[in-house]
Amino acid sequence: MGNLLEHMGIERDRVHFSWISSAEAIKFVDIVKEISEKVRALGPNTKLVKEYNE
Amino acid sequence: MNTCTKRIREIASALLEKKEVEKVIGFATGTIPMASNPIVVTSKQDVEKLVFNSTCGLNLANYIRNHKGKIAVIAKGCDARNIVTHVIENQADREKLHIIGVPCSGMIDKNKVASLFKDDIVEFIEDGDTATIKSATKEETINKKDYLRHNCSLCTHKNPVIYDDLACDEGEEQSLEIPYPDVDAIQSLDANAKWQHFQELTKNCIRCYSCRNARPLCYCPTCFVDEAGPQWVGKGQDETDVNTFHFLRAFHCAGRCTDCGACVEACPMDINVRDFTRKLNKDSFELFGWEAGLDTTRRPPLDSYSPDDPNDFIK
Ligand code: SF4
Repeated sequence: MGNLLEHMGIERDRVHFSWISSAEAIKFVDIVKEISEKVRALGPNTKLVKEYNE
Repeated sequence: MNTCTKRIREIASALLEKKEVEKVIGFATGTIPMASNPIVVTSKQDVEKLVFNSTCGLNLANYIRNHKGKIAVIAKGCDARNIVTHVIENQADREKLHIIGVPCSGMIDKNKVASLFKDDIVEFIEDGDTATIKSATKEETINKKDYLRHNCSLCTHKNPVIYDDLACDEGEEQSLEIPYPDVDAIQSLDANAKWQHFQELTKNCIRCYSCRNARPLCYCPTCFVDEAGPQWVGKGQDETDVNTFHFLRAFHCAGRCTDCGACVEACPMDINVRDFTRKLNKDSFELFGWEAGLDTTRRPPLDSYSPDDPNDFIK
């Protein structure tokens, strides 16, 4: 799925897949940090965004 | 009449006469040149309507579901692979199918042919490897090989993988050094250029869903695009909705698509929706060594689990 999104032009670093048990708090924090850094580096996403006119 | 059409008629006629099948699903000459359409033949008199030529671009596996009795179906290489997929997915019972296999030499690209003319084509006559096409103002003879559809030019399974009867001799399969040149070309672009490519590609999409209806993979009673509660995707021309439709449509075909080209054949806006699905075909092949519809005994990759499945994408 990530591959097809990347093929369409959605950067790979925007989509992450992880398996974290409810007992793995440290892993959860580490992964969220890593994802945040990667997404921040890419900047805001403008693709596949739908705008609603109020 | 080509020998293949002749054989198909003979086989169909014998099957109907012996009451081995209730109906024969095949192709008939359409009302406009270069547009063969599917036909269901139930009586011997109508057998004469059956044809097979290089304009039979739709996929007949789409018509084999929900029959009570036994049916016969004409199957070129890709149709046969989709029949296998139907059997695997419990949409058709192999016992109730009589498959008349037709080794195929490729379907012609109607748009490419039409681009030779400024006015409407009024006649298309095939003769072996060539075809003669007439409009009101000119006549052209083409070598069919040069006007094949893109998917047919890259086809490596023109001979049906399963059949009960064969309507003509099997041909030699080509082997390709680079099987996915189009996917590679898109893959070499940067993210924004890729996005731009798909925006250009789908900008004329009118959401008619012909591509979905022509495709033998789409048989859900209610498609996600038609669902109203919950409504998964907006129904208008908003580009995000159009993108979402195409993305999800393609993903639902992952590991199942045989690249038969029926979707492109059916699109009234000439959109090559295969640009999405071919990426998934390539991935299925590279990640799982899988090509859809070759084996009735194996489950498709997204339908089965193996400890060897690639999983480095999960962190
Ligand atoms: S057939 Fe063409 S226009 Fe219609 S929904 Fe599919 S891509 Fe869009």
